[in-house]
Order: sequence, then C-alpha cells, then structure tokens
Amino acid sequence: MSLDQADPIFVGGTVGKSVAKPDNLEKVQGRAEYIADLYRPGMLHGAILASPHAHARINGYDLTDALDAPGVVAIITGDDVGDGRMGAFIKDEHAIAKGKVLYVGEPVAAVAARTEEEARQACRLIRVEYEELPAVLSPEAGLEPDAPILHEKLSEYIKVFDAGSEGNLCSRTELSEGDVDAAWADCDVIVEDEFTTQPQAHVSMEPCGALAEVDATGRVTLWSANQSVFRVQANVCESLGLPMSKLRSLTPRVGAGFGNKMEPHIQPITVALAMKAKRPVKLILSREEDFEMVRARHPYRVRMKTGAKADGTLVARDCEVLVDCGAFADDSPGVLGYSLLMCGGPYRIPNLRASGRLVYTNKLRFGAFRGFGNPQVLFAGEQQIDQIGDKLGLDPFEIRRRNMLQEGDQWFVGPRIGSNGLARCMDAVEEAAKGPRADGSPRNFGLSVTAHISGLLGTGAIVRMLEDGTISLNTGATDIGQGSDTVLAQICAEELKLPFDQVVVASPDTDGSPYNWGTTASRVTYTTGRAVKAAAGKVVEQAMDHAAEMLDCDVEDLELREGGRIGQRGSNTDVTFAEISGRAHWAVGGPLVGSETLVFDEPTHDPKRAIALGLPFPRIGVFSFAALGVDIDIDDTSGQVTVHEAWSAADVGRAINPRLVDVQLHGGFVQGLGYALYEEMVWDGARLANPSLMDYKVPTARDVPDAIHTFIIEDPDPTGPFGAKGAGEIGLNTVPGAIANAVAKATSARHTDLPLTGERVLDGMLGPDPSQD
Amino acid sequence: MMAKKVLHSLTLNGEQVDVATPSGATLLETLREDLRVLSSKRGCNQGVCGACTLLVDGKPVRACLTLTARCEGHEIQTVDGMGEDHVMATLQRHMVESGGVQCGFCTGGVLISARELLAEDPMPSREAVKTALSGNVCRCTGYRTIVDAVVGAAEELAQ
Repeated sequence: MSLDQADPIFVGGTVGKSVAKPDNLEKVQGRAEYIADLYRPGMLHGAILASPHAHARINGYDLTDALDAPGVVAIITGDDVGDGRMGAFIKDEHAIAKGKVLYVGEPVAAVAARTEEEARQACRLIRVEYEELPAVLSPEAGLEPDAPILHEKLSEYIKVFDAGSEGNLCSRTELSEGDVDAAWADCDVIVEDEFTTQPQAHVSMEPCGALAEVDATGRVTLWSANQSVFRVQANVCESLGLPMSKLRSLTPRVGAGFGNKMEPHIQPITVALAMKAKRPVKLILSREEDFEMVRARHPYRVRMKTGAKADGTLVARDCEVLVDCGAFADDSPGVLGYSLLMCGGPYRIPNLRASGRLVYTNKLRFGAFRGFGNPQVLFAGEQQIDQIGDKLGLDPFEIRRRNMLQEGDQWFVGPRIGSNGLARCMDAVEEAAKGPRADGSPRNFGLSVTAHISGLLGTGAIVRMLEDGTISLNTGATDIGQGSDTVLAQICAEELKLPFDQVVVASPDTDGSPYNWGTTASRVTYTTGRAVKAAAGKVVEQAMDHAAEMLDCDVEDLELREGGRIGQRGSNTDVTFAEISGRAHWAVGGPLVGSETLVFDEPTHDPKRAIALGLPFPRIGVFSFAALGVDIDIDDTSGQVTVHEAWSAADVGRAINPRLVDVQLHGGFVQGLGYALYEEMVWDGARLANPSLMDYKVPTARDVPDAIHTFIIEDPDPTGPFGAKGAGEIGLNTVPGAIANAVAKATSARHTDLPLTGERVLDGMLGPDPSQD
Repeated sequence: MMAKKVLHSLTLNGEQVDVATPSGATLLETLREDLRVLSSKRGCNQGVCGACTLLVDGKPVRACLTLTARCEGHEIQTVDGMGEDHVMATLQRHMVESGGVQCGFCTGGVLISARELLAEDPMPSREAVKTALSGNVCRCTGYRTIVDAVVGAAEELAQ
C-alpha cells in the first residue's frame, strides 16, 4: 500500500487510540522542513563570534577587516542593541554581549554574509578589545565576600517575583511547613548526606537556528527552532526594544527540545542582523556552538537530612540546595523553586524545610531540561528513603507505601493533588519485577518513585468549523516531535465526535494563534487540552442551536452523533455538520467558531499550611505519578553499570494516545540512563572541554536494554481533558535514583555523586562502605 | 574568499545532475546549499550523529565526511528519492505505524542504515538491528520503537 493512501490508522481515531502522528509521513520521506531547511529570496547566512574569555569588559571593536571580507553585508555587536534585557524571571540578558562578556562561548558579534563559510571567516577578522576580569567558576566561589560580581546592575533589573537577588546571588527560595528543628527529637532513624549532580547537555538532534526577514514596513517575520513562538516573540521584543506587534514568530518542524528551545537562543541576534542587513538572514548553530552557547541542565549540590520513626513513618526532612545558575537567570529561578517544591517526593512528611540559593557563575546559562530540577533532588531523596528502609528492615515498596501521599492530601506548601495513581504504579512494577531473573539468578533491583506537575500558565484554543463541516484547530502550541498536534486533534475530534482526520491543526503563528506559554513543563496535553475541549464544546453548542432551528425542535431533544451529525433523540432524522456550517456561513448566524483561553490558577501556596519565600510561580499543580524499577548488572573489573531490565509505570490520568505516552516513557528512560551513568559536560578551567558528540557520549541503540517494560496507569483527573495529565518528563525523573538504589543493593555502597561512572562504582566496590557512616 | 566553484556530474536518485559547488565541498554541503536536496541533516558535521547518512553505491556513508568531488561516477541515493524502493517503503510504513518517528531529525539517516541492513541481512535479530543503527543517534524515542519498526518491516518483507 502506498503511504499516501488513506490507511485505517489515520481515520476514526479518537481518545484512547494510538493514532499515528500525521507528521510521521513527511518525516520518513525526508520532506519535513526544519529551520535549516528554510530559504528565502536574497537570504544571507549568519555566523557568530564567541567570547574567548569567561569574564571580561569589552572596551571596543575593530570591524574594519571583517567588513572588507568577501561576501559580508552586515555585522552587529553590542553597540547595535539598546539597553533592553530579556529573561523569564529576571530580565538580565541582552540580545548579544554588551559592555561585558560573561562566559566562554557567549556571542560577542555576528556577521551576515552571502554564505555561511564567508560569515564564519569574517568572524575571525573581528577584533575585540577585552579587559579580562577574574572569573567565578563555581557557586561557592560566587558567594565569597570578595567574589568578582557578574551583574553590577542586578538590583536594577526587572524581576517578576521576590528573588532576593544580591551580589552574585541570583535568587533564593525558602519553603517550610511543620517544625523541622523540633521534629528530629521524634525520629528513631536519621540519614544525612551531601549529593552532587552534573551538568547534562540536551543534545536535541537539531541544533538551534533562526531565520529572520524584515518587510517593507519594518515588521519582522521570524522562523526558529522553538518550544514557544510566544516566548520567542517576547524575548526578541524585550531585548531589542520592539513592540510585540512588530514581530511575527512562526515555527517550522522542530527537531526536539527537552527544554533547550523554550527560552531564547539566537533569535534576537538573527533579528538584529536581518534588520541591519535589510535582507533575510538565516543563522544555524554548529553542534559545538549548540553545546557552548545555549543552555544545559543545572549541576546541583544537595544537602539532605531525613528522619523517620521506627515503624518507617517519615517525620522530617531538611533539604538545602546550591545551584549553579550560569551567566544569566533564564529559567533557573523556576528550576530552583520547583526542585524545592518537589524535594519531599510524593510522601507525607509533616515537617519539611527546603531552601536553596542560585548563584551566577561565568558559565553558559543553565536552564530548563526535562525534569526541571526534580531529578537532582530525587537522586538524593529516593536514596534516603531506601536507606531508612534498609535500617528498619522495610523493603523499598513497603517504606514507600507507608508514606505515600493520598488523594485529597495537599502537596508540600499547598497545591491540590487530584487523582493519584502512585499505588497502582508501584503495584505494577512490583508484580512484574518480582522473583529472580529467568535464569534463576537474583536481581540487583532498585526503585524510585516520583510526581510531576502538568498545570501551569496561560493557553488557548480556537476551533473553527469550515464550510464543509471539517475542523481547523489552532492552539499556538509548538509540536516539537512528541506529538502534541496529534493529541490535541484527538481531544478536539472526540469532543466533536468526528474522525481524527477531519481535524487539521494550524501551525503556531503569533499573528493568528491564541497565546500558548509553551511546550514545556509536561503541560500541553493537560493545560492546552482543557482549552481545546472547551473550545470544541462551544462549537458543538453553536451547531446544536442551528440544528434545533433546522429540525424545528428544542436543543434539549437533540444529540450529537458520531461522524459530525446532530439529530433528534429517538428519530433517524439528522443534519450534518456540512449542512449546519453551510447555513452558518451563507445564511444565518455566521461561521461557527469556538474559542477558550485559560490560565492555570490553582494556588501553589496555602499560607495556612506553610511558609514560602521567593516562590517563583504562585499557581502550579495537577500531579502525574510514576514508579521505576531497574535490575542492573555491574562489570566486576570496570564497575560499569548496565541495565538488565527495567519497569516504568506512569499515572497519566488518561492516555489520550497510549503509543505516544509509551514513547515518552521509553525516551525519558534512555535520556535518564545517559544522565545517570555517563553524560557529563566537563569544564577545563573556564572552557567547556567536551562540546562535541565525539567527546560527549549520549546513549545509542546498543546502550539500551531490550527489556524495558512500560505500564500506563490511568487514574483520571477530574479537571483534565478526558481525565488526562502530563507525561513528558516523568519517565526521566526516576532514573538516577532507581539506578543508585540498585547499585547500593548490588555493591553495598551508596553513591552521592552523579554520574554513576564505572570508576565511581568500582571505587565503591573496593572501598569501605559509605552507607555505614 | 568564496571558494571557487567546480562543476561536478553526479548521479542522484537515478538522475544525472550537473552541479557547480565550491571546491572542497562535502556532499552534505553540495546537496543542501547547491541542490536544495534537504533530507540529509546537519546534526554534528563530524560523522558522529548519523543524521546526514545517505547511500553511495548502495552503501551508507556520512554526507558530512564525504567530498563531493569523490562522488563523480557513483550512485547517490537520499531518503527523499527512495519512495519507489519497496524495501524502503515498507520500512517507512513501519516507522510511521510503530511510533519510531518523534522529532524526525534522525529519521532519514535511520531509514538509510536500516535499508542497508536489510540488503545485507533480510531477517536481522534485534541485536543486529541495534548494531546497524548504533551510528544513528536518536534523542527522542529511546530506540525501542525504531528497532520494532525495522524488525517488523523485515518480517513483512520475508512473507
């Protein structure tokens, strides 16, 4: 059968069916267009000159030779951009370095030329006069009293929350409920340790890129690799001082994100170049630049202390984190706040205190990465749960069951917990993993559980019925490959009782799409899905009104039937969507359009319950839950860990598209596997030492075990579209903690530092047992 | 200075193509910048990620490491031009149906490597599939659904 012919998988699919993503077709045929595949008439190519210094004042530029170089049309530097600063939480970042450079790799100048090669060669001819300054290369160093200051004007920056910024302290957050200091006296067992986690690179297969063009009125059209056309618009306009109405932000296909493409990369630079060159400019980063220039997962230092009663009941936890922010705040205050919110895990801990500091350093910005601070604190917390269980003779499932949050409980500091399928997730893993291996040998089993939110910020949907009764859905949510267009179309089709293939999804466009904060925080299925369902419901209501007039009956007597028909109950007579829409377009009432916008507005913080200082998001919630079990092998001579078998269960409320949920669990597991075992960005002084896929190892097909079992648990959330909750991040969160627990079981050694390299694991096997401390 | 362009005569997806391309250009550069054949992607430009993989004389090569000048007289095949190939079409359909496609940036290279594998070994084991695909990095799927697709296509083709 030809791929182009209608196939059963493309029709009739609605909620709960594993509809194949329609974009798969163009992708397997090599026809999908990503940012690097776009060309415009007269288009130039851009390239960036990166800072060789970690911290330096810029005293001047000499562009003479570069401007004379072949093919060069325009060059921009910090002198070409005004004082505008962008940032999601703290507006601390110019479009391009201005006055100072703050990390090796920071863009200092950019060239637009006829070809990419000419642009890159011209960059080498730009002379920048630097005055080197001492650099801050760790958060600890940044907090020293005499530390060099990165942002001298930090106090003047716009901040969207109470950040407590001072010196190199970007932000601080403190959350607490109960009385932790007094509670230790009630504990029969206490564990305490300091944990560190490493920076991880996103490595979306598509490097970041952008293409900008300016029209005759001076208005900019911008295409870019992104996770939100609206965040792109906001960041470019803030940093370049443009009214938002003067910039249209669009998206081609996006080659994955994982957080890397949520906030700005080089869109502001590309726009500034196109404005100066007065020609379209495309700028695509090399892989090395993508490593050095964009963002990465935060390294954490976590000090955690947990206490329990002799029966295993958790009493208290104290968690203090120190987070490397990098040179700009970006999403870091959110990551810090979220990790503290999650540091208790999905457990009832009556006395819980979490505090953290986020410190500017002369490194690339750290930012959003699948998990958003949760994996770091979970690596510590889930090991301590196991340690307490070990001391009390409770197995990993039992200690967790005795303490897990229940439906109706509130999360730490106050968010409501809706549906909670954690117990079922654990049951699924325990049942499947019980007993020895097939060959009779014992398992080296480790368990970790987690929760993750999916309700956050603003979103909208516009559902239009076209003249023939088919549907156009427009949400502004960028599909980065995970399949949100498909899932949202399924929700829309289900509400309208139409076959899936009668709903087409519009590509996000700030000119025509309703606002969507972004494809991030596991939020699109839940948050945007709610708007889609409501907007589609409004179209149904409008269609019902038409049908009542057309069939001369009351709306109450009508029913929506499969396939786009409305009829009288108990009668075969009905009218089709095509008839209704034709009437609406040409005769009565006007075209059918349903729209809905919403902002997630359930409070994060319950002041009666807890104290919160510096909480960056006042409204967040709706929890998905997950459990992961792993059975590992360890090579006796190298210490290298391999996963023999894994069981990943997630409560996603309702799987709108089970196969797409399943792929999220597999993909999250494998990205977590690299994080747990070997992925690490390494700095040699101020310079990233391994900014290439040669030197930064990511898992390949051979590194992944066949026996990864996934279990989709459905505990519908009453507020979710058809009960759905988020699924995007939860499969990664648990991997480091589960593997660390399995290593401890197999070697009797606890590990407090990620990644769990062969060298570290071997040291643990050879050395004294740190768990006996 | 803009590198001097040299005229090359290539055989691309069965058609003779004359192209002027900078001397020293890689096949990836020539295909993308001079011919606008865009199915090979620049993921690393270093021969590691596999997103630019295409067939030269039926063998998978990295377009980013291959000089265009060395391709004269050789048969180049890219995934966008292989729809008529029954094995490729079967692989494509299984990738679509199995969920082996997420962002899609690696997908063309994956299909090329899989096509070559099935030419050499029509009924590969899962281990053989993983080995054949070990030079194609995918950051989205976790590989499971891709391996399922290749094995599924092989089984269908064997019937």
